[in-house]
Amino acid sequence: MKKYTYTEKKDTRSGFGAGLHEAGKRNENVVALCADLVGSLKMDAFIKDFPERFTQVGIAEANMIGIAAGMTIGGKIPFTGTFANFSTGRVYDQIRQSVAYSNKNVKICASHAGLTLGEDGATHQILEDIGLMKMLPGMVVINPCDYNQTKAATIAIAEYEGPVYLRFGRPVIPVFTDPDQKFEIGKAWMVNEGTDVTIIATGHMVWKAIEAGEKLAELGIDAEIINIHTIKPLDEEAILKSVKKTGCVVTCEEHNKFGGLGESVARLLTTELPTPQEFVATNDTFGESGTPDQLMSKYGLDAVNIVEAAQKVIGRKK
Amino acid sequence: MKHTIKELEDIASQIRRDIVRMVHGCQSGHPGASLGCTDFFTALYFEVMNHKTDFTMEGAGEDLFFLSNGHISPVWYSTLAHAGYFDKSELATFRKLDSRLQGHPTTHEHLPGVRIASGSLGQGLSVAIGAALAKKLNGDKSYVFVLMGDGELQEGQNWEAAMFAPFNKVDHLIATVDYNGQQIDGPTSKVLALDDLQAKFEAFGWHVINTDGNDMQAIVEGLHYAKTLTGKGKPILNLMSTQMGAGVDYMMGTHKWHGTAPNDEQLAAALAQLPETLGDY
Repeated sequence: MKKYTYTEKKDTRSGFGAGLHEAGKRNENVVALCADLVGSLKMDAFIKDFPERFTQVGIAEANMIGIAAGMTIGGKIPFTGTFANFSTGRVYDQIRQSVAYSNKNVKICASHAGLTLGEDGATHQILEDIGLMKMLPGMVVINPCDYNQTKAATIAIAEYEGPVYLRFGRPVIPVFTDPDQKFEIGKAWMVNEGTDVTIIATGHMVWKAIEAGEKLAELGIDAEIINIHTIKPLDEEAILKSVKKTGCVVTCEEHNKFGGLGESVARLLTTELPTPQEFVATNDTFGESGTPDQLMSKYGLDAVNIVEAAQKVIGRKK
Repeated sequence: MKHTIKELEDIASQIRRDIVRMVHGCQSGHPGASLGCTDFFTALYFEVMNHKTDFTMEGAGEDLFFLSNGHISPVWYSTLAHAGYFDKSELATFRKLDSRLQGHPTTHEHLPGVRIASGSLGQGLSVAIGAALAKKLNGDKSYVFVLMGDGELQEGQNWEAAMFAPFNKVDHLIATVDYNGQQIDGPTSKVLALDDLQAKFEAFGWHVINTDGNDMQAIVEGLHYAKTLTGKGKPILNLMSTQMGAGVDYMMGTHKWHGTAPNDEQLAAALAQLPETLGDY
C-alpha cells in the first residue's frame, strides 16, 4: 500500500474559495454570485479583489440560478455559491430549464454537502444531490476529495465550457493530494494499485478509503484504490481496467446509495463486465444532528465499513 | 419611426394569420395570448429594438429580448421569421418532429433569436436581469426586454427578481407584463388574484407605466417612452393590458383559447378577419 501522509487538515470549501480567487485572476469573465453565505463558501478573497464581479442575491436561490444563466449570455462565467441542498433540490427546475437544457456555462458550486455538514441536521444535509445533478443531460458532476483537488477542480471548470456541478464540504480533513496537480475533468486518479479488490471513492470518502486500504494490507488484502472525482462523465476505461484485474468492487460516497456514484459504476459494470459490488453509502435515509465524525460512523461511512465491504465482496468472487 | 403605424398593423395582421395557421397545422399550441401580444411583438421587433438578424448568442451591442411565458411561442416565431432571423417556410414545422420550432422556445435546436429555454414559468425575469448585469459589466448600454404573462406572476421566483432589480439598480431593463387577466383555469381574478400590480411593483421600487397592448400607436409610444426612463436607477415595468385572442372575434376575452387549436371551420373564420399582407408561409 502506497504511503499517504499529510501535514495539515483543511476544508474543501476553502479549496473552492482559493480556486475561485485564482480563476478570477486568470479570467476577467469569471463572476461569482452568492445567496447570503459568503463566509461559508469562502468567497471573501474573490469579493475583495473583484467586487464589481460579485453579485450578492440574498436568500433567493432560484433568482440566483436565473441571473447566472442570463449572465452567460454576455460571455460571463458565473460561479454560484450556496449549500448543496439549496444549490440543487431547491432550484432543480431552474437548473434544468435555464442552465442544463439551455446549455449555459454556469458553475453550480455547492458546499456543506452530505452528513459532514453536521449539527444543522437533515434539513441541510443533502444526500441526493449527485443523483439529481447527474440525471441532467450535459451536466458535469464533480466531487473532489481534499483542499488541493478542490482548488484545482475549481480552476479547471472555469476553463471548461458548459454547465458543471461542483460538490464540496465543510469539515477539515487531511490534505494529501499534490498542490500543483493538473485537474482533468473525467479522468480518474489512481491512488493505489492493487490486485484483490477495487475501491472506488469520491469526495471525503477518499481519505477513508486510504485508511481502509492500510487496514486491508495488514489483513493481507491488496486493494486497488481509485479516486473518481468526476462522477459524470465517468472514467469508464479506468474502472473497467481495474475491475478486470481485481474481479470485485466497493464504491464509497457520502451520498444515498440510490442515485450516486455506486449506481453509476453498477450501470457500467452490469452492461460491460458484470462484477460483484458492495456499496458504502447511506441507505435511503435522511441524516440528523451530530458531529461529522459521529454521523459518518453512525451511517456506516467509516474506514471500517469499507474494510468490511471489501472482505464481503472478495468473498462473493467466483 | 422606421415604419408607419399602418405598416406595423399590416405586419401584425400577417403574424396573426401565421399564429392561427401554425396552431391549426399541428392541432396544438397557445393561440390566445399569442394573438394578444402580437402588437407588442411587432412594435418591439420592427420599431423599438435595435437588433441584428445575423444572430449571435452574446448579442453584444444590440438590445436583447427574453420571453418568459414561453407558451406564446407562435407569436415569437412568426415575428422572428418576418424580422429575418430565419425563413418563414420553417413556421410550417411548428411543434412537429425534428423542428427547431419546439412547442416552447429552446436554444437546444439553435433557432436564431432564442437565447434561453422558457416554458416552465417564472424564470425569464431573473435571466433578463442576469443578461442586463452582464451588459453593464461589458460597458454595453443596450436595453434588455422581457415579457411575462400575468398568471405567471403567481410564481415566487418573479418576486425574488422583482426585489433584486431595483436594489441593484438594474436600470436598462424593460419588463412587460401581458395583463390579459386570463389563465388556464379561468380569470386570474378567480384563480389567484393579482390585484393592484402597479402598486405591488412600485412598492418593490420599479418605475411602472401602463400601456394598451392592442393599440399599435399606444404600444409603440409606450415602449419608446419606457426607453427614456432607463438609466435612472430603476428598472421599468410596462403593465400592458391586452385581450387574449385579439384579432379573432370568437377567441377574444376568454381563457378558453389559451391552449386550444382551431378546427378547419374555425381557422377559416379566423383567417377571414385577418388580411394576408406579407404572404402566408
